[in-house]
Amino acid sequence: MAQSKHEKIERNVFLMIVLTLMTVSVGGLVEIVPLFFQHSTTTAIDHKGNALDVKPYDAVRLVGRDIYVREGCYNCHSQMIRPFRAETERYGHYSVAGEFIYDHPFQWGSKRTGPDLARVGGRYSDEWQRVHLLNPRDVVPESNMPAFPWLDRPVRAGDIQDRMRALNKVGLHKYSDEEIAAAPAALEGKTELDAVVAYLQGLGTAISHFR
Amino acid sequence: MADFISGFWNMYVMVLVTLSILFCVFVLVSNMTKREKGEVGLHGHVWDETLAEYSNPLPRWWMYLFWITIVFAVVYLAIYPGFGNSNQSRGQWAQYDAEMQAAQERFGPVFAKYREMDMMAVAADPEANAMGKRLFLTYCQQCHGAAAQGAKSFPNLTDSEWLWGGAPENIKETITNGRNGVMPPFGPALGADGVKDVANYVRSMNGLAHDSVRAQRGKEGFEANCVACHGADAKGNPMLGAPNLTDNRWLYGSSEAVIIETINLGRNNQMPAFGAFLGEDKVHLLTAYVLSLSKQ
Repeated sequence: MAQSKHEKIERNVFLMIVLTLMTVSVGGLVEIVPLFFQHSTTTAIDHKGNALDVKPYDAVRLVGRDIYVREGCYNCHSQMIRPFRAETERYGHYSVAGEFIYDHPFQWGSKRTGPDLARVGGRYSDEWQRVHLLNPRDVVPESNMPAFPWLDRPVRAGDIQDRMRALNKVGLHKYSDEEIAAAPAALEGKTELDAVVAYLQGLGTAISHFR
Repeated sequence: MADFISGFWNMYVMVLVTLSILFCVFVLVSNMTKREKGEVGLHGHVWDETLAEYSNPLPRWWMYLFWITIVFAVVYLAIYPGFGNSNQSRGQWAQYDAEMQAAQERFGPVFAKYREMDMMAVAADPEANAMGKRLFLTYCQQCHGAAAQGAKSFPNLTDSEWLWGGAPENIKETITNGRNGVMPPFGPALGADGVKDVANYVRSMNGLAHDSVRAQRGKEGFEANCVACHGADAKGNPMLGAPNLTDNRWLYGSSEAVIIETINLGRNNQMPAFGAFLGEDKVHLLTAYVLSLSKQ
């Protein structure tokens, strides 16, 4: 019997690999690559073109963000409000891509044991955030969030300048030499709790019309 | 998807999508073999000495599933966004706007009815209270507690005590714009002994156990430092959010140690603003609910 077309592919491993790669790359080429060439995904604007007040992470918020990642907050908290009324009634305006241009990596997540935190900034007082992080049951008796009592200790971020330089390599915001030089002084006397609260209080505040 | 940095990306997406779909059609067509009459041939490869495979066509129903995916793709792209910049008016944001519009038509009249009513009448309305309670449990209970009982540094809303005034317009203002209650630290001005004296005086005004000699001395310290905000009679000032210090109700606790801490370090307490987030309608219902909770 003559060699069929697919038999040719099956018997030639190299051809098989090339064709497989071509096939699986189509999805990424169509759905992912164009995102790098859109205004709303690469600049501080929302999907309608309105300017967003997105601020790059300063040293304190950056350390807070790293602690957020270290403690695995993303395991229970997403940072992505979807455009459904059920979500925006509770959390505020749905998330837009431009809000996350300085996030490397982003903390969108998909697991919500706790509430979404995309717009938690300004929802509670600093005092509430402190009490709540040290022991959630002190303010919300029904809460099943773990306590993080060890956060009340000085930040250990001797490598903050390296972290900022690393972000300069991947991020949209380039920290200036002055910003990098001033970072250790900004962290002087701060506790991890201060840093996390500063990070949380900044979340989702880039949008002004947040209903 | 409407904001590519150049028209090229629009074309890029459309061309790739079209080519992919056409390629799928090509693969399907090129594999549509008909069942031949008579003896079915073998594929030609043999495993395990004798195991061979008949060269039957692929099952018809299975091939149809692939055709259905192609039809689905074309219909989907004709209706919804995906083909470059097409059909933006049916995207997720437009759907969201439609959902909000529908909700506004359904719930708007309910809110409007209560907005026109007097606040005290809304506070007495059972349906409005049920709505207010649901709002409270969504937005307020994290700080004030599910039963509005409050906690240390978060006011109890069920008593008759108000830091910023308990009139409907005061409560509405508190919810809408938030409050920032600041007590400056008096440790440096009073000194360690002076602070302890004033703390004893404050406890004496509430009928709590105190050292009467210290309380006597503390009265002077109080009059020199505290009356500007708390008033000469120590009954507080709702314009400043300065609490009444004579009613034996405590935001941070009544023990001597806590009062000393308050005087020494001051307090900085904040209620966040909810007006911009919740909107007038919900603030109105929440105000009425909070009013209904308090023992007026």
